[in-house]
Amino acid sequence: MSNEIAIIGAGMHPWGKWGHNFVQYGVAAAREALADADIPWRDIRFVSGGATVRCGYPGYVAGATFAQALGWQGAEVNTSYAACASGSQALAAARNKILAGECEVALVVGADTTPKGFLAPAGGYRPEDPDWVRFYLGITNPTYFALYARRRMDIYGDTLEDFAAVKVKNSRIGAKNPRARYRKCFTAEDVAASAMVADPLRLMDICATSDGGAALIVCSLDYARKIGKANAPRVAAISTVTPTFASGVVEMPDIATDSAAAAGVEAISYRSTIPLKAYEEAGVGPEDISLAEVYDLSTALELDWIEDLQLTPRGEAAAALRRGDTALGGKFPINVSGGLACFGEAVPAQAIAQVCELTWQLRGEAGDRQVKGARVGITANQGLFGHGSSVIVKR
Amino acid sequence: MRDKPLAPAIDGWHTMADKPHLIGSQCTDCGTYFFPPQSQYCRNPNCDSTDFREVELSRTGQIWSYTNASYKPPSPFVAPEPFEPYAIAGVQLQREQMVVLGQVVKGVTVEELKVGMLMELVLETLHETEDDIKVTWKWRPIAADTKTGA
Repeated sequence: MSNEIAIIGAGMHPWGKWGHNFVQYGVAAAREALADADIPWRDIRFVSGGATVRCGYPGYVAGATFAQALGWQGAEVNTSYAACASGSQALAAARNKILAGECEVALVVGADTTPKGFLAPAGGYRPEDPDWVRFYLGITNPTYFALYARRRMDIYGDTLEDFAAVKVKNSRIGAKNPRARYRKCFTAEDVAASAMVADPLRLMDICATSDGGAALIVCSLDYARKIGKANAPRVAAISTVTPTFASGVVEMPDIATDSAAAAGVEAISYRSTIPLKAYEEAGVGPEDISLAEVYDLSTALELDWIEDLQLTPRGEAAAALRRGDTALGGKFPINVSGGLACFGEAVPAQAIAQVCELTWQLRGEAGDRQVKGARVGITANQGLFGHGSSVIVKR
Repeated sequence: MRDKPLAPAIDGWHTMADKPHLIGSQCTDCGTYFFPPQSQYCRNPNCDSTDFREVELSRTGQIWSYTNASYKPPSPFVAPEPFEPYAIAGVQLQREQMVVLGQVVKGVTVEELKVGMLMELVLETLHETEDDIKVTWKWRPIAADTKTGA
């Protein structure tokens, strides 16, 4: 209760391949969030930005870059970089500032412009950089997604049809989201006809990289009451935990896992530990979840996340998918925004976009995509170098 | 062309013997293994040792998972023209309790692989330069015939 903050505004620049400067997307998202909150820009006393590392110095200091673009007005700024979890860390910084009583209302914003195709590392001969090593040896991002997918097939009996069904489900709902980049309904035949990238994953099983921007206006519960928004959705938990040694799953960009050979050390899956802190902090459990926005870098990974969130026992996510549990109207709808399958990844904006979707859902404003009676939503994502996050929003 | 010497693609990460081993390091205090090798600080949170010994890692293990690369990876990967797809495996080493990724030897496709299959480490060409042939570690099914003699 005392650790909660209110979300009074959400905004996004539509995802796509627009080719503009990232600042433009962030400003558009911030202005939409401000209008949604119905408060003036000058009332924001803390600007918390998610950094982009692909746009030079302005991207490294994204918080200040957005503050300048919106018009310097003397607010304090912060910039967070934590790969896919950047947006959640920016949100956590705003929450800390608000709970410390140092500011009443804050803007959280992230945006990116991304290159085409594979994300490649810096060149040279740099064996000390694991990202350089794995590309030199021929190991790309889809390699990791495919290793996880293949394990599901060999161990749990998941099929290519299951993976395609995730894409079909997400494309069907994403087609109804005006902020999504891909809005075409795909069939299982479309997926099967797309090119094999990393067996068993085809092109349509793997998410693209996109341009986009997302923003939230968050404030103290007192401030929300003061402006007549006492019923606004609340951030009930933010988990940004690191992995626990020894990480038993080979993670991007590493070419080997930790060794669990020392006494008293167990191999642990990082992904499964990320939501634990969030559940504990929010005082809710998997049985309370109305909907989840998870990081479907691949179709198969959506199934892993369902189990990591403990929405099903390990190995049973595909069965839940086949029963319709994960679709709109099901027991625990997953990625009713359309997910990364329909958005593509815009790294520093993505974790914020997940919270935007939960905000609209919990307000009952998601239109054709509305999860009826949604009360508790959870996000989950994971990226490079031990970064991941999970946010719980409730009302 | 045929006279080019063999050289490791990355220096010091594997032996060049007929039955090659990856070269890792082991913390002399807690026994944790590291690959790639490292000798500065132990990453076991229960251990603050800075003392390591160089060790040859197990050269056999079981497949943790596998896939392939159907498209040419970006630089610094050096691809032959035309690009030839290759399989990739993560192999679990029993003694070290770790999984190590690597390409699978040429000619073996994902259809021939399965989680749990026994694999051994061999050396194979990664790419050629003006001066030498860069070799690296790759995984090969132990059950497969050894016609290449690699």
